[in-house]
Amino acid sequence: MKYLFEIVCVLLIIGIFVLTQVVGNQFYFFIGFVILQYMVLATAWNILGGYGGYVNFGSAGFLATGAYTSVALINFLDIGLVEQIIAGGAIAGLLGFVTGYLTLRLRGVYFAIATLALAIILETVVAHWDYVGGAAGTSILPKRKPELFDIMVVDRKTGIFANYKEFLFFLMGTVAIISVWIARYIENSKLGRGLNAIKDSEEAAECMGVPTLRLKLIATTISGAMMGVAGAPLASYLTFIDPLSAFNLEYAVNAIAMPMIGGTVSWMGPVIGALLLGTAQQVSSLWIQSELNLLIVGVLLVIFVIIAPEGIVGWFRKSRKGSRG
Amino acid sequence: MSDPLLRIEGVSKHFGGFTALNNVTTHVNPGERFGLIGPNGSGKTTMINCVSGLLRNEDGKIIFDGKDVTDLKPHKRTGAGIARSFQIPRPFHTMSVIENLMIPAEFVGHHRGEKTDDRAEAMEILETMGMADKAEDPTTDLTQIELRKLELARAMAAKPKLLISDEAMAGLTGQEVDEVIDILFKMNERGITIIMIEHIMRAVMRFSQRIICLDAGQLIAEGTPEEIVKDKGVERAYLGSTDDG
Ligand SMILES: Nc1ncnc2c1ncn2[C@@H]1O[C@H](COP(=O)(O)OP(=O)(O)OP(=O)(O)O)[C@@H](O)[C@H]1O
Ligand SMILES: [Mg+2]
Repeated sequence: MKYLFEIVCVLLIIGIFVLTQVVGNQFYFFIGFVILQYMVLATAWNILGGYGGYVNFGSAGFLATGAYTSVALINFLDIGLVEQIIAGGAIAGLLGFVTGYLTLRLRGVYFAIATLALAIILETVVAHWDYVGGAAGTSILPKRKPELFDIMVVDRKTGIFANYKEFLFFLMGTVAIISVWIARYIENSKLGRGLNAIKDSEEAAECMGVPTLRLKLIATTISGAMMGVAGAPLASYLTFIDPLSAFNLEYAVNAIAMPMIGGTVSWMGPVIGALLLGTAQQVSSLWIQSELNLLIVGVLLVIFVIIAPEGIVGWFRKSRKGSRG
Repeated sequence: MSDPLLRIEGVSKHFGGFTALNNVTTHVNPGERFGLIGPNGSGKTTMINCVSGLLRNEDGKIIFDGKDVTDLKPHKRTGAGIARSFQIPRPFHTMSVIENLMIPAEFVGHHRGEKTDDRAEAMEILETMGMADKAEDPTTDLTQIELRKLELARAMAAKPKLLISDEAMAGLTGQEVDEVIDILFKMNERGITIIMIEHIMRAVMRFSQRIICLDAGQLIAEGTPEEIVKDKGVERAYLGSTDDG
């Protein structure tokens, strides 16, 4: 069936909506949001890193760009969540484009270092920008001037969602599903095949007619925009934001680790990686400190690089092929 | 005689203080089988990189099919009809053999038609190469000669007017060399102009209608195979070089 995947996507979005209506325990939405956010981040990373072979070490910078775009616009215009997500995606997409343009001559480890540097520069800028709270951070109250739309959407009695946690969870779930749909679409498109060729040999790709620069710019823009979208609701979710939480190392590490562990060749990889690693981290964080959490990710990554370098998806494909032939 | 397909006019290329190509001027006629020889490090690959656009020449012009392509990106030149193989094979190693051919078919394709046509054409190219049975194999399973053939097959899938083969035969056995020469002859019969870079003299001499010889970035001789064999400069370049050539 041609639109089976799309139908499943719509059903999943409806399912997420139903969850917000029937599940009473807000804790599930609280941790579910983080896992979904990671799913978007990992999927975004994989478009450039998995398909195109360009390792972005600065994912936290793009995510924080989305988050701080929201903060600035909340302060300036007091806009709602949906508008924040659109704006955050647009600004982070622009940042992705500029980054792509400035680093297009850099390959391999040099590109990775450049993206890391970008995140550090952005963090420094934000830490000195008092309008969005500077280094000390700022509190975000969910919409100080509630509008009609918001009252309809989030209100204990009359709204669709009883509170902001449910609304945030639903939004991030929808965003995650759309992101995965986009990634899958790219994977099966001319863009995806061109990015794969770039990953395998950029010079051969260029000599075989692939407009490498254009495809890389499209990839950095889409990937950056998706990371910004993942970050845009962060301030509303945490109700407080500072550079430390927005530029957290965990984002950069997980954005790479989740696709690597799940498998970078397919859209399924980042999804599986985010579900497994994200859930494990959220559950373990109830008992363990977040620093230890990172250590666990690191160890897992090493194990996977050694025993299943193509991730879970790659491992499954290989073992299926092996049993056939 | 019709206009040349490729004109290289006063092309120079430097790497830092080192001159890899020094004011080279030559041309290749449509339908010609053109040989490019020279000792190791004489600038053959550099010249091909300038023609295909991977390197930008600092001086001079590259004219292809009547158009100045000097400032065009490589993929645009491929679109204009220049395709090349790489001396050290650079397959798209995460793809199957036929997928390798589908990349140029899809990207160079002038929006001709259906994907299925591309596939059929790619299969046809693989058949002429005797690689049809490898179509679905991953490139990581290929032998050295198969990788060389894949380089040529992939370049062919770009539907070039000019095919540049950069040492497609290095390291192959005598029989394999003949096989590759046959393939190149077949392509030439279809009207594709071919530049063959080769160290194996027997191969270039048999294949080429006209040959140029580079030495230390200088064009030192140009002529028919017979003239090149007798050329004193060429002899000196090869004997004088420290490599076995
Ligand atoms: N990117 C580069 N940077 C610096 N020097 C280079 C570069 N590419 C080539 N060279 C130098 O330019 C000279 C010509 O190299 P080129 O690869 O064109 O030789 P060649 O004729 O193809 O040799 P071979 O027969 O060994 O393939 C060599 O001395 C090489 O070291
Ligand atoms: Mg060479």
